[in-house]
Amino acid sequence: MVTETTSAATDKIRCDACPVMCYIKPGAAGACDRYANHDGKLVRVDPHVILERTVSHGGKLVPFSRTEDWDGKIVHEPSTFVTAIGAGTTYPDYKPAPFIVSAEVDGVDMVTVVTEGIFSYCGIKVKIDTDRYLGPETATVRAQGEAVGHVTTSEYGSQMLSLGGVHHLTGGSKKEGRVTCDTLMDLANCKAVELTIDGGASVVVQAGHPPIVNGVKEERMRVGCGSATIGMFAKQWHGKVDEVVVVDDHITGVLSEHQAGKLLDIADTGIKMKGRRSTPGRYFQVADPGTGWGGTNISDPLAILGPFDKKEAKAGLTMLMVSTTGEHSSYYVLDEALKPVETEMPADLKFSVERIQENCEPALCTVLFMAGAGGSLRAGVTDNPVRLTRSVKDALTRVTSGGAPVYVWPGGGITYMVDVRQMPSGAFGYVPTPALVAPIEFTMKLSDYAALGGHMDYVKPLSEVRGGDDVRQLPWQNPIPGPRA
Amino acid sequence: MTRLPQIAWLSDGRRLHLQDGPIDLIVEARGDASQVRAAYDAAARRFTGLLDELCLELTELRKAAEPGTCSLKGVVARRMHAAVAPYAADCFITPMAAVAGSVAEEILGAMLNAASLDQAYVNNGGDIALHLARGEHFSVGLMDRPGRDGVMRRMKVVADDPVRGIATSGRHGRSFSLGIADAVTVLAATASQADAAATIIANAVDLPGHPAIVRQPANELQPDSDLGARLVTRDVSELSPTEIAAALESGAECARHLFDRGLIEGAVMQLSGDMLVIGPKDIERQRSRPPVLENAVHA
Repeated sequence: MVTETTSAATDKIRCDACPVMCYIKPGAAGACDRYANHDGKLVRVDPHVILERTVSHGGKLVPFSRTEDWDGKIVHEPSTFVTAIGAGTTYPDYKPAPFIVSAEVDGVDMVTVVTEGIFSYCGIKVKIDTDRYLGPETATVRAQGEAVGHVTTSEYGSQMLSLGGVHHLTGGSKKEGRVTCDTLMDLANCKAVELTIDGGASVVVQAGHPPIVNGVKEERMRVGCGSATIGMFAKQWHGKVDEVVVVDDHITGVLSEHQAGKLLDIADTGIKMKGRRSTPGRYFQVADPGTGWGGTNISDPLAILGPFDKKEAKAGLTMLMVSTTGEHSSYYVLDEALKPVETEMPADLKFSVERIQENCEPALCTVLFMAGAGGSLRAGVTDNPVRLTRSVKDALTRVTSGGAPVYVWPGGGITYMVDVRQMPSGAFGYVPTPALVAPIEFTMKLSDYAALGGHMDYVKPLSEVRGGDDVRQLPWQNPIPGPRA
Repeated sequence: MTRLPQIAWLSDGRRLHLQDGPIDLIVEARGDASQVRAAYDAAARRFTGLLDELCLELTELRKAAEPGTCSLKGVVARRMHAAVAPYAADCFITPMAAVAGSVAEEILGAMLNAASLDQAYVNNGGDIALHLARGEHFSVGLMDRPGRDGVMRRMKVVADDPVRGIATSGRHGRSFSLGIADAVTVLAATASQADAAATIIANAVDLPGHPAIVRQPANELQPDSDLGARLVTRDVSELSPTEIAAALESGAECARHLFDRGLIEGAVMQLSGDMLVIGPKDIERQRSRPPVLENAVHA
């Protein structure tokens, strides 16, 4: 064996892909010709193992998209973590996960089992911040004409879509499966995807970007419904204006009738609203949906008011009408006939409208990847897969995906959701099965890892793994991915 | 838990692909279906853990072999040593020079212990262990270098020949060569012997000190190379026909010597398009170059 010279010791890396443990110089490959040192980083130079196996089964080769566009700048907190991206794996996972890394953090010997999972059971939940009508609930969502999911519930200021899942991936035609897989992977890798909804709109969805509905880019997400806006700003309006109406297609709010106004002893104004009163100060269906004020079809807000009650209203009464985004606003003073007359808005009310605008967050699309870690993936982590599940449920083991925190669903299996924008770009790949390939890491105390039947022989100290620019920082407050509160 | 290698069928569903770290084997057995099945099972079983076994003694295996004594313990490690021992007195050689052939031989041995086969081969990246039952034969194609199209020579190995191992070495392969041969293919009684001899002969095809040859210390390329700081061939510029002939003759002298010692059954040396054949094997010239075959071995 060659005695290492000190000059060579600085730039070579040690490959841990197999027990030969080659030292590899920059630009060179190891004894296998499969792993190489690329600028101090250990990279595979042949196709991924999964793909190799696909090929050896006569399958089609699909290149991984994760090799480029690594921005590496997703996180800001100290402490390092090894992600599974590029760890490689085999399917079924009959051998230990490619990297089992131990790191001493705050005196706790932590173990991270790093692997890439192949998920046939996976999908994407999309939240589209818009009040615009995208389509009826349960309507089919299509990409390239193929059914890839459906419209699910409307949530606060947003419309949810549910895409993928095993039925679209494997239950339909070959093309449906392929298009679904492409759509999921593109969305997961933060690329723009055009979706069309049966009986509804066409929407361009890209994680972290505003939705584009029927060619119109959504700018702002409402601060709240009209009623909520009343609640939020009542104190700021108190004493500056007699009445405020927040115009909203869903729930229009009226300050003087609203609970928030009552608490501030705001006097009745004799206002009469059109639409259907839900609870005091909250009105449904004041107009039809549209692109006017607050998602209604009106351009003159007075159209939603009836005549003021002569018993309570007084001449000189002031009123602010504003939409849920602050995009539209008008100021009125009642004349002698108790008719609202538009007047220039006082500065402090203008300020409150600006405050509404300021509190409207930019409308975004958010993409959560959801997948279930099957038994074979778990077997790559431990000899006794169910113990891993229990360990996760008992909050002894923290699951992450590409270093990003995940939400693990209660109940059976390890079904998790992760915000794809917390993950490094290009973290997802796919195999033509079709199924998505996503990184997944399990972090736990070394002692807990041993207890659940971990592959202790394959645990490596972090110092042997880290190095080069592959080391990134974690998005967590707490450097140790500990149990969730 | 034992680390498990990659075990998969190739797309033809006939040949088995075994891969673990740097070891990459293509295995085929022919004969009675149940026997073939048993042989593949045995191959997969024996392959599992084989790399780990070798790596236990990797430090020793990377040291120059001593001609007389062998302190290695593993059966494959000892076979590697035995294959290089005949050369150890005269030159620097480590057991690693025979690793590929020795592994191929081990897997084939495991298959033959488990089953009775008509034909079988274990191809470890061009270092091939063969089995031929009575009356069977293999047709072996030679290519002038990896990646080139076409089989340029073809030879027949029959059951009555003593040849059960074929190995190729040269400067284009995965391991380094001290010589300049594009390829040296050796036929020998065993794959491990063929492997060691191919390394020795390929090293001998050389023009020491020639300015057209770029050499570099092996450990500058691979820090843990068993060749240490020895100069390995990186590039060869154009050589004159006389120079090519001289380099090949230098290799041929070595090969004849090995043939006389009974270490090889034949050798084919190739350099810059010229070829020199040593030994009694009948090597036919291909009239036309058929498309390249996935493996040089086919029946």
